[in-house]
Amino acid sequence: MTPSPFSSVSAGRKFKDKFVHALCLTAVLVGIAFLVVVIVGGIRDGLPRLSLDFLRNPPNPRRPEQAGVFVAMMGSLWVVGLTLLIAVPVGVAAAIYLEEIARPSRTRDFVQANIANLAGVPSIVYGLLGLAVFVRAMQVGTNLLAAGLTMAVLVLPTVILVTQEALRMVPRSIREASLALGGTPWQTLIRQTLPTSIGTILTGIIFAAARAIGETAPLIVVGAVGFIVKSPSNLTDSYTVLPLQIYSWSSDPKKSFQINASAAIFVLIVVLTAMNLTAIVLRNKLQRR
Amino acid sequence: MKGLRFYGEGSLTLICLFAAIVSVATTLGIIASLLFETLGFFQKVPIQEFLTADKWTPNFDNPQYGIRPLLTGTFMIVIGSAVVALPLGLLIAIYLSEYAHPQVRRIVKPLLELLAGIPSVVFGFFGLIVVTPFLKRIGLPVETFNALSGSIIVGIMILPLVASLSEDAIASVPRGTREAAYGLGASRAEVSITVVLRSAISGIIASFILAISRAVGETLAVTLAAGANPTVAIDFTQAIQTMTAYIVEVSKGDAPRSGVAYQALFSVGLTLFVITLALNILAQRFVKRFQKYS
Repeated sequence: MTPSPFSSVSAGRKFKDKFVHALCLTAVLVGIAFLVVVIVGGIRDGLPRLSLDFLRNPPNPRRPEQAGVFVAMMGSLWVVGLTLLIAVPVGVAAAIYLEEIARPSRTRDFVQANIANLAGVPSIVYGLLGLAVFVRAMQVGTNLLAAGLTMAVLVLPTVILVTQEALRMVPRSIREASLALGGTPWQTLIRQTLPTSIGTILTGIIFAAARAIGETAPLIVVGAVGFIVKSPSNLTDSYTVLPLQIYSWSSDPKKSFQINASAAIFVLIVVLTAMNLTAIVLRNKLQRR
Repeated sequence: MKGLRFYGEGSLTLICLFAAIVSVATTLGIIASLLFETLGFFQKVPIQEFLTADKWTPNFDNPQYGIRPLLTGTFMIVIGSAVVALPLGLLIAIYLSEYAHPQVRRIVKPLLELLAGIPSVVFGFFGLIVVTPFLKRIGLPVETFNALSGSIIVGIMILPLVASLSEDAIASVPRGTREAAYGLGASRAEVSITVVLRSAISGIIASFILAISRAVGETLAVTLAAGANPTVAIDFTQAIQTMTAYIVEVSKGDAPRSGVAYQALFSVGLTLFVITLALNILAQRFVKRFQKYS
């Protein structure tokens, strides 16, 4: 939208207009400059460390030059896998209940408001929940299973909210056609509504997975360890994850460990950006349809 | 929906109901575990000491448990990051919605989302390795860990959130409102500031509150950049400790499994939870008001 060319604009007002425009543009440039300087400055030192060995090697406290992120990546894979295994079925089922089964009522509004609030709870509080409930009360211990459970609870609100949105986007006519042909509500849901919305649900799951991979604070609270040389191989093993490996390397004052942190950050950013980008592109494609 | 006809469909409904209950149980679980340990904590530490003492020294021989130093730390990060992120984020939002070519907007919006996806630990490292050395180079007398660096880095972190949410609010101001102002001969700056901003103000305030809530709960960035020194002194060049950073500091060692130190963890967690919950509810109020008017 542009101002009317017929309006008579005084010099003062014209200047003010230019000034606001310049101010906003400056803000954009400053914001970009901040981010570029910080990101480039942060990963520059790590780039020479990147190699196949860096991806294949376990951490090495004595020879940082030979250390790698393999163990941490395996830990991250385990944790995110477990998280999704728990959170996706529960989250999708809860969304189905709220969107397709429950009738509008005070109780439903309450549950809905509750989920919205959960999405805003700081991640470290989920760590405390995991510590009190999973690690201590249920005696799971400080292992992969506790991590998966804690992370699943953390991403659950996100999974529920995106699934609900996906279900809401399915046109009414599809449901009505199925019901009119004699389909039961559940047949309609399983054969029509869910397949129609599966793409959007998938984008939400990718976002949730990316969040679970980057999250560190709750895992520190439920007992992830900063240094470990062996990849976990079952649910009761102790573990580390990529962001925690970064944390423990960057808290080490030795320069060579900081270079490792830098290189590991590059790996983490590439993985997360690839995931988020996939989800964004997929979502935009689906929205256009 | 009603009339489940086939055998087995009833159990599917039950499974879904159960899943919905899990989400409510999560909230109850959070509140119950935080409250339970906090109440135990207050049996050993008087609540007056918790609220009024100005030292947080759980590891000392003669420990003191005053939350004020941790609250001060969190408050400093909130103020500092708000100074960085709120004005900048709002101006970026105005630019994207009122000035930028639609093509630019289509590229920048997803970019903001990607930036919002960069984890906290990464920003913490950047604060330590880029921001603090820069502050030293320009002659500021900052410590290795300092509140200023933490504030700047958290500000940069929440910037995409502010810009993106404010832009949503501004963009949802009806076209007709703008056109009416343009029709009266207003310039673009006048439309942006007097008409659009004023209509979107509730939504913008909501985005600010959500960003502040995020800064309150921000953990690893402040742990890495701002340090572990609980203090009530407001000096941005010194190390501080936020509530979140304290929880990390205790947990990363061998977390105490019982006793006052363990319970103290939950009392800090409860304080954090209450503050962010209040902020989020406040933000929702503003969002609702905004939806009503637009």
